[in-house]
Amino acid sequence: MSRPLLQPAIESAKIVIEPQGGWVPFHFHELWEYRDLVYFFVWRDIKVRYKQTIIGGAWAVLQPFLTMVVFSIIFGYLAQLPADGVPYPILTFTALLPWQLFAHALMQSSSSLVTHRQLITKIYFPRLVIPMAAVLAGLLDFGIGFMVLLAMCFYYGIVPGVGMLAIPLFLLLTLATALAVGLWLAALNVQYRDIQSTLPFLTQFWLFITPVAYSSSLVPERWRALLGLNPMAGVVEGFRWALLGHSDNMGSLLPISVLIVAGLLLGGLIYFRRVEATFADVV
Amino acid sequence: MDDIAISVQHVGKRYRIGERQRYKTLREVLSRSIATRACRTVSHLIGRQGSLAAQVPTNYFWALQDVSFEVKRGEILGIIGSNGAGKSTLLKILSRITLPTKGRAEVRGRLASLLEVGTGFHPELTGRENIYLNGGILGMKRAEIERKFDEIINFAEVETFIDTPVKHYSSGMYLRLAFAVAAHLEPEILLVDEVLAVGDLAFQRKCMGKINEVARDGRTIFFVSHNLNAISQLTDRCLLLSQGRLIFDGSTNQALQEYRGQDVAKSARLGSYQAPAGIPHNHLAWATIRTSLCRGVHRWGDQITFEFGLRILHPRDTMCFSFYVTTDLGKQVCHFWMFDSDAIRTREPKTITVRCHIPKFRLYMGCYSITTWLSERRGDTDVENLTGICPFEVTMDGTARDRYDWKKGACVYLEDAQWEVACEAEVA
Repeated sequence: MSRPLLQPAIESAKIVIEPQGGWVPFHFHELWEYRDLVYFFVWRDIKVRYKQTIIGGAWAVLQPFLTMVVFSIIFGYLAQLPADGVPYPILTFTALLPWQLFAHALMQSSSSLVTHRQLITKIYFPRLVIPMAAVLAGLLDFGIGFMVLLAMCFYYGIVPGVGMLAIPLFLLLTLATALAVGLWLAALNVQYRDIQSTLPFLTQFWLFITPVAYSSSLVPERWRALLGLNPMAGVVEGFRWALLGHSDNMGSLLPISVLIVAGLLLGGLIYFRRVEATFADVV
Repeated sequence: MDDIAISVQHVGKRYRIGERQRYKTLREVLSRSIATRACRTVSHLIGRQGSLAAQVPTNYFWALQDVSFEVKRGEILGIIGSNGAGKSTLLKILSRITLPTKGRAEVRGRLASLLEVGTGFHPELTGRENIYLNGGILGMKRAEIERKFDEIINFAEVETFIDTPVKHYSSGMYLRLAFAVAAHLEPEILLVDEVLAVGDLAFQRKCMGKINEVARDGRTIFFVSHNLNAISQLTDRCLLLSQGRLIFDGSTNQALQEYRGQDVAKSARLGSYQAPAGIPHNHLAWATIRTSLCRGVHRWGDQITFEFGLRILHPRDTMCFSFYVTTDLGKQVCHFWMFDSDAIRTREPKTITVRCHIPKFRLYMGCYSITTWLSERRGDTDVENLTGICPFEVTMDGTARDRYDWKKGACVYLEDAQWEVACEAEVA
């Protein structure tokens, strides 16, 4: 054996290239083969984001923290919004962390295909890798922010209960929501650049219909199920439940949220697969 | 059957041209579909059918049409054709960047494309980080990159700068690093698209060496280039594409001849010049270069003839004609001067033909053109000075040199020299 045996990234087997139409099957196996690329993209995004910045990773803390301060002053102090018995800063920061993860992931993934135009028109790899990596790249910021949140809980003397164990699940739901919507928008953005202009407005609007600055108990009882149509409402209430132990609203919100995300994600995947082949021609 | 690496059957690729191709806005699509529906309803109501198809003009353009061929394992295949012939589209289809509109292709084995070296490099990341990133994009696993890391750095010769962000690299270093990553991918099928057009000579030589090495390993190579010398050195078989169609598939020599012929047909100016009508003074009416291969292409060392038609409208005693051969960079390399000025003397207006034969024309391979001077010696007035006319090319076809390839731009003039070696008595 003169050459070292390689583990080929692309299966050595026959690849058939032909026009596609209608239903396109998923190749999860291929996506798995390219898992290292997802890792590389995430790692690149994280590395690059804080290069040539003065305070570097502190940005990850500063953004949600300052937002929390503003919210606390305006909504907590001036507007005197009810906080369900927890300090208002904690109430809003618990929600701000998953929200910022979501908003960032959504922004990044929606524009990801267009920003990777150079790659898409030059090299083949499963295109799904791009929005996936864009969604995952926000996790580090979330992790750092979470440490701050724990410190704040300690400061206010709140001891998170066993519910903490459910946090990974809610985190997963956040990422799934971002990916589900991101897939749709990313694929649409390749063809219709309107998406890019709509995004800032969309995230802003979405922030208002998500109980981030307020508690969902502020919403009248009979409308609460409607709130659940927004998956992020389920996520935010889930986080509050897991960390602060209260929020009896979660039970009614979460099942609807999960269903909606599952539907969006499946539809997004199907749509993405269908138009994936045309990206290089259109982008 | 098993030794076929790539098989392409009746592949076609259609693009839509026109402004609707890019950046469609949502509103446009919505309003169009509503308008279409409304039109359909209206035309249905008034009982007119079939007017709709004519109403929405869609311009399609076939970048590739009905292309079929097979490539055996271990074969090196060249693809040539002028710009827009479909070469890149073909490579894009084979590398799965875009799908064909028609037909079917089968690729057996790991395929890598050097479509554009350095794609996916991030300027802020260091050389080391970019090796990993680029390797990943090209389909390598982390473990695989780690194993080849030293080899890649050695090939790229960037050891000292490996932890410097690549934005500070010189373009040469950048290129070397990018090529090094791609070259160490060890694919079974390698698509190379014009990557050798960049970099200095030493680097180009290195790349060619690497490609040769890959080829010797029995791997399949697709080589697209406008550098016909590289094509003829690397490949034995060549595809010639023209306007999306495969017009020749066979030996490289034949393909190159076909291609040059096609090129000449396209640009009529090659090797000849025709003056515009209505010049009132004495002038060069036409010029032709009789080259040894096809029109406008000359083989080094063959006889060449420059022919000029001088239209003398106002006969003078002392007409003088001379011309230079200049390189494509505008440098004058040889001067041909008619000493006998009486030769073009005439009493009445007419066109005089002058020919200049050079039995063994030994300009080195490259692209040349000529510059003419028509003047009156008395008073030293230049009547006419034309530059850059009659472009022609000199090739080294049929002049093989062992072990060393002819490099473009290595020199301007190549003499056919005789060498003699004499052994002197041994020094005591």
